[in-house]
Order: sequence, then structure tokens, then C-alpha cells
Amino acid sequence: MRRLLWPILVLAALLLVNLIFTPGFFSIQLREGHLYGSLIDILRFGAPLILVSLGMTLVIATGGIDLSVGSIVAISGALACLQISQDQGLFAAVALALGLCTLLGAWNGFLVAAVGIQPIIATLILMVAGRGLAQLITDGQIITVNDPAFKLIGGGYLLTVPFGILIVIAVLAITVFLTRRLALGMLIESVGGNAEASRLAGIRARGIIVMVYAFAALCAGVAGLMISSNVSSADGNNAGLWIELDAILAVVIGGTSLAGGRFSLGGTVIGALIIQTLTTTIYSIGVPPETTLLFKALVVTAVCLIQSQAFRDKVFHRRGRAAPPRPVTEEKVRVST
Amino acid sequence: MDAPAPILRMSGIGKEFPGVRALDRVDLRLLPGEVHALMGENGAGKSTLIKVLTGVHTADEGAVELAGKPVAFGSPLEARQAGISTVYQEVNLCTNLSVAENILIGREPRRFGRIDWQRMRARARELLARMDLDLDVSAPLSSYSLAIQQMVAIARALDVEARVLILDEPTSSLDADEVGQLFQVMRRLKDEGIAILFVTHFLDQVYEISDRMTILRNGRLVGEYLTRELSQVELVAKMIGQELEALDKLHGEARSFATPLVEARDLGRPGAIEPFTLTIHEGQVVGLAGLLGSGRTEVARLLFGADHAAGQLSIGGEPVTLRTPRAAMGHKIAFCSENRKRDGLIEDLTVRENIVLALQATRGWTRPVPREQQDELVDKYVKALRISPPNPEIPVRNLSGGNQQKVLLARWLILEPRLLILDEPTRGIDVGAKTEIQRLVAELSGGGVAVLFISAELEEVLRLSHKVAVLRDRRMIAELPNDDELTKDVIMETIASGGRT
Repeated sequence: MRRLLWPILVLAALLLVNLIFTPGFFSIQLREGHLYGSLIDILRFGAPLILVSLGMTLVIATGGIDLSVGSIVAISGALACLQISQDQGLFAAVALALGLCTLLGAWNGFLVAAVGIQPIIATLILMVAGRGLAQLITDGQIITVNDPAFKLIGGGYLLTVPFGILIVIAVLAITVFLTRRLALGMLIESVGGNAEASRLAGIRARGIIVMVYAFAALCAGVAGLMISSNVSSADGNNAGLWIELDAILAVVIGGTSLAGGRFSLGGTVIGALIIQTLTTTIYSIGVPPETTLLFKALVVTAVCLIQSQAFRDKVFHRRGRAAPPRPVTEEKVRVST
Repeated sequence: MDAPAPILRMSGIGKEFPGVRALDRVDLRLLPGEVHALMGENGAGKSTLIKVLTGVHTADEGAVELAGKPVAFGSPLEARQAGISTVYQEVNLCTNLSVAENILIGREPRRFGRIDWQRMRARARELLARMDLDLDVSAPLSSYSLAIQQMVAIARALDVEARVLILDEPTSSLDADEVGQLFQVMRRLKDEGIAILFVTHFLDQVYEISDRMTILRNGRLVGEYLTRELSQVELVAKMIGQELEALDKLHGEARSFATPLVEARDLGRPGAIEPFTLTIHEGQVVGLAGLLGSGRTEVARLLFGADHAAGQLSIGGEPVTLRTPRAAMGHKIAFCSENRKRDGLIEDLTVRENIVLALQATRGWTRPVPREQQDELVDKYVKALRISPPNPEIPVRNLSGGNQQKVLLARWLILEPRLLILDEPTRGIDVGAKTEIQRLVAELSGGGVAVLFISAELEEVLRLSHKVAVLRDRRMIAELPNDDELTKDVIMETIASGGRT
């Protein structure tokens, strides 16, 4: 729990800033049977990022990284919209899109685990090729669809709650079940912590890695459906653009090391919410559009520094934990981390 | 004691890690021109004390004085600049860099801001020559044995104008000749007035080289003694806090074994080990003797499927091919590797997770070991092996070397193997834990488990094994039954003569 302390504080601080600029920020209303409010919006618009980040967390925990999720978001949306526009039926469209995404993820995993390509390169291939594939599917056009059932995924409501939020809760629950109730989490952390030692302990790392990349792609696929459903169209060029970088950021802010090993799903969710809240904040406090990216970069840098134990120790010149009283040398004791 | 003023004095040092009180008001003083041995069991606090001294850890309490002035080092670099050089137990070098780069890393001689490679190589050669070593200093360090790498680490420590040299288990991977060579260097440095702090588990070496010793137990100071005034028996008693009962030959009567369990016929791997033939019976302890790099670990890895082998292997009479460790585990073979850090533990994970890891691996991720069963198993082995601290929820990296070894053993014991391969299970661990592990091997063997026991310590191999296979230059040169005629000398003779009689 202590690992989540700083991300939670940062999120709370960001929300408070919003409250100062927008007095009604925390209010949530029930309008026409739907929940409305800024907090709900953050959850709703943050849903695709949370999904992508959850998959990314597991990939990073194995010591890998997945750059291709943004392209997969685009492919998923493109294929689903194409199918719907050709009247193939919603269920078939969604199943086909998610199936292809999972397959592409498994391909990433195969390149990493079986061929032995470094993850950043292996997924870079699909990051570049995937955008091309998405454009091939949409024939370079933006496909617009008009299907109320498809609209539900990203823009609809169920029992007053935005449907996207429910999807996130479901995927989060499944991920927690797989990793923490079953043994997948421990095996992932073991492979990410020390691959050779894991092999000698009898862990079949290959299967785990393929599965993790496939899962990340599946998550991205769902996010892609959400994004395209929300705007009722598929844009092979821009859907999910740079979302992989936000997702990596969310994972790191959430306290999972890029070196692999221990991971925190709760931290990742909070990390993704921090990023989404930051985007909202930029609009609500009226940062000029041409400086939003710079502003975001500065805040993210600050967040990362605040979270670093070494940085905090240096700035505050003391230990994180209260030390017992020390004789004479007190002022000379310095901290190394 | 009428000695010169100490160059270094640590007093009242205390250090706590989450869940562990590693040091409790410990004092230490080092005198110039003396070799000072720091003694204690695993987890007694030796490594922590050294890390506090060298600025790796910061003490929670206590003071350090160097040449009469109070100091506190924030980093190993500061400690080194002040003249305290360290060679750690686990070699901390970059094996992908050259020997010269390793020796002079961070202090490369420069000219016009660029590294002067010629001068760098010359300086490295000079430092190695001081230790009677002649190496190709531009070759990558990985092309040399672990023993040579250790010497390179010492050469690196010597380059700085050291006033205090700390050697943390420098001899655990060296053979007798190399140890002699090291001691020669140590004596020379001692004559130069350098204070040397020496940590080792080899009692003979302590008596050979050290002038004075400080003994720790459970993070507390037992006392400081002159080596010549303290007998070995007294030393051991002080270290473990009780009298050590003499160990007899544990393997008992020479027995004949009826059921062969593992039969290797012309099993080998080009470049690693020449084809060898070896039979291990149920309940039999087979010792592997040989010098460092003679192929002991390679034999173990082939039998565990960690490397691909050519030749024939049969287990319980069935011919098998072991492509992966997992396949070997399916045949109830377990392998406790020599390099705990690299090939054994997952340092991020807790003690509990490390212990159940192999069991979980055999079940796959879909069938988790129920938590109650985990706790029960872990609790049983933490108690049985006396893993300290007895808290299974702390990260395994917070444990001392010997306790980490026990965690690794526990991981394999819960699988109830039929063949247990132990590669240097007692390396770098103290007398008490060593005895426990040896007793455990004898017990397992009595219960019908076959054990392949690899150790650089011939006494240990002789004490435990029913038969001893001797290796030399990556070739199995002899297989000797452990009868009354087999002694340490016979084995050494066999190694020396290459098996020709």
C-alpha cells in the first residue's frame, strides 16, 4: 500500500487544482438516467488508456515493452468499423477485431520469446507496420458507421454508468484474478526479475511471454473499439496515436519498474488516471493550446521526480523513515540510494 | 594491547533493515600493518558492517573514525577516495569490458580529455605484475576464470592509494595455489602498513594469515581477540555460541546400491565437458571432485537439462532426453545452482515466493498452490533449515548469503526429488550452516534420495560421498569408491596425475 501513496497524493493534488479553477468539479449529477460530471468524464475518457496500460503493465513486468499497442488500437477500430459498414453484424465484427488483435499480440510475443528479438525492436515492427495495416483496412479513408449497438461500447450507458467504465472494471477484475488469484502474477514477476533463474526453476517463460503480449494486444483492441465507437468512425492514421507512450508513462508512474519484476495493477490505474486528469486540467485551467505538450511534459517530469525516493531524500536531506537518534555524526550522515 | 593507534575505529554501529536488526552496537578497530579477520556465521552482520564502512549503507547509529577524524561516507566512491578499498564476495566487475578497463574504470588515465589507452594498459599490467599475474589486459574479462576475475578485482582495489583494504570472502573461489598467491600479496601490503580486513569462512586461512580477529554473532559483537591467543575450537564456539560436536564420516558403512537411478553413458557437450559415463543409485551420494573450471558444474547442468547434451541418459531404466530443466524436474531431478544470484534466486520476490517457485512452476499458472499449503510448506522449511530471519514475507535480497542458500535448498526439497544435484551448496557459508546442510544430505540419502554433491572442499566430499568422481580439464578421469583407502591425498594425486596410475 505504501507504494501507492505517492501516486494517490499526486492524483489528489491534481484534482484539487481543478477544484480551485472549476468550483463545481467534484459534483456528480444524474441527468436523464445518466451520470454526469467532470470526475465521470475523466473515468470515461481515461478508459481506453487504462485498458492499454493494464496490458502494458504485464508486458513491462516480464522485462519487455510493447510499442505496437497504438497501432493495434487503430487496427481494431478499423476492422470493426469496416465489418459493421458492410453489415456483417456487430458481434462478428467485434469478435473478428479482437481476434486479430490477439493474434498480432501473440506474434509480438513469438518474436520476443521464440525468436529472441529485443522487445523494443520486435514491437516496433508492428508499431510501424500496424498503422499501414489499419490504413489498408480502411483503404486510407475514414470509415463512418451508424450502429446504435456499436455506439454503446464507447459512448453508451448501462444502469446510469458509462459503458466504458464498466468494461474497465471488468477487465481489471479479470486481470487481478489471473495474476493474483491464480499464479500468473508470481510467474511473470519471476521471469521479469531473473529470466535464467526462472528457467532453472522450471518456469516455461516462453508461453508466459506470448500470453502476456497477446493479452496486451487484446486490451488495446478493446480500447480501439471504445475509441472508434465513441466517435462512430475509424481513423487508421490517428486512432490511438502515441497512446503507447502514455501507457508506458502510466505504468511507470504507478510504480512498476521498467526493468521488470514486481508490478502493481492498482498503481497503473492511478497512473493512467493521473495522465487523463492532467489532460482535463490543461483544458480547464486554460493552458494555451500551443504550450499544452510542454506543460504536460513539465508536470510529468515533476511527478516522476516526486515519486523517486532518491530525489526526495536529496531534496529533503533526510531519510524516508525516521531514524533513531544518532550521536555526533548526525549532520555528516548522508544518504545513498 | 600495546599496538600502534588504530587507523580505523567504528563504534556503536547499529543498522536495521525492514524486519531485520542487522547490526546492534558493533565496534571494530583496524590497526595499520595488520591483517584483521572478521568472523561470524551467516547473518552475523559481517557484510552489513563492511557495507556501512564503505558507504554502501548508512548506519542508523554509531560513529566511524579514520586516522582519528570522524568520517561518514555517502557512497563507495567517497570511501575509496578516503583510502578504503573493497573487494566484495560476489565479484562486481563488468565481464564485457577488458581487464584493463575493469582495473582502471572511473580512473582512466587521460590525455587531452581522451582516454590514453596505452598508458591504461601499461598501468594495468603493472598492477597485475605486483600480484605475479600476467594477463592479456586488453582481452575481455569474461575470457578469464572466476578466480582470475577475483584477482583482477583485487588489483583494482590496489590501484587506489589504499590505507584500508577490505577483502570480503576473496578466497571462496580460488584454488590453493591462488590462495597462496593472494596471501603473498596480502603480506606485502601489510608490510607497507596497510590495514587489511579479511572475511572468510576458511578457518585455516584465518590462522595462516590474520593477526587479530573480531567475532560477531547475530549482529552483536562477541569480542576482539589476537589470533594466536584463540584456539580454533574456541573460535568456532564463539561464532556459533555453543560447542560444536565433532562430525564423523556421515556416510557410515560402505554400502552396495541395488537400484540405479540415473545412468549417463557417453553424455557430453562439445566445448563444455567430454563425454562421461556415470551411474547414480537410489540413496547414493556421489561426490564430484576437481579443480575450479574442471567441468563440475557442466556435468550437473547436463543432468538437469539446463544445457543440451549429446549421448545417452536413462532415468529409472528408461532412456530420456532432457531438453529443458522442466523436463528434468518431471523426472524428479532438482538442481541447486552454484551462482545463487544469477541462476538461483529471484531477488525481487519474497522468501515465501522463492521457496514455492519451483513447485508452482510444475503446476503451471492455472493451478496456484493454495496459500495455506504455501504457508505450511514454507513454515516447515524455514524452521527445519533455520532460515533467519524467520519472516517469509521479506524480500529474499535482505537475507545473508547462507540463508539465501537455504531458501534455494528449500525450493528444491519441497519437490521431494529423487536426485538432488547440489553445486557448491556450502560455498561462502559458515560452519554451523555447513554442518546442517551436510547432515541434511546424509538424511536425504538415508531416505533413498540420490545426491550429486559438488564441492571444492575435498574433506566435505569425502565425508559425505559413497563414491567420488574426479574431474580434470573438462574430462571425468576416475571414479573412486569411498573406502578407507580414499583420502584427500589420493584424490589430489588422482587430479594431479590425470587419472593415470
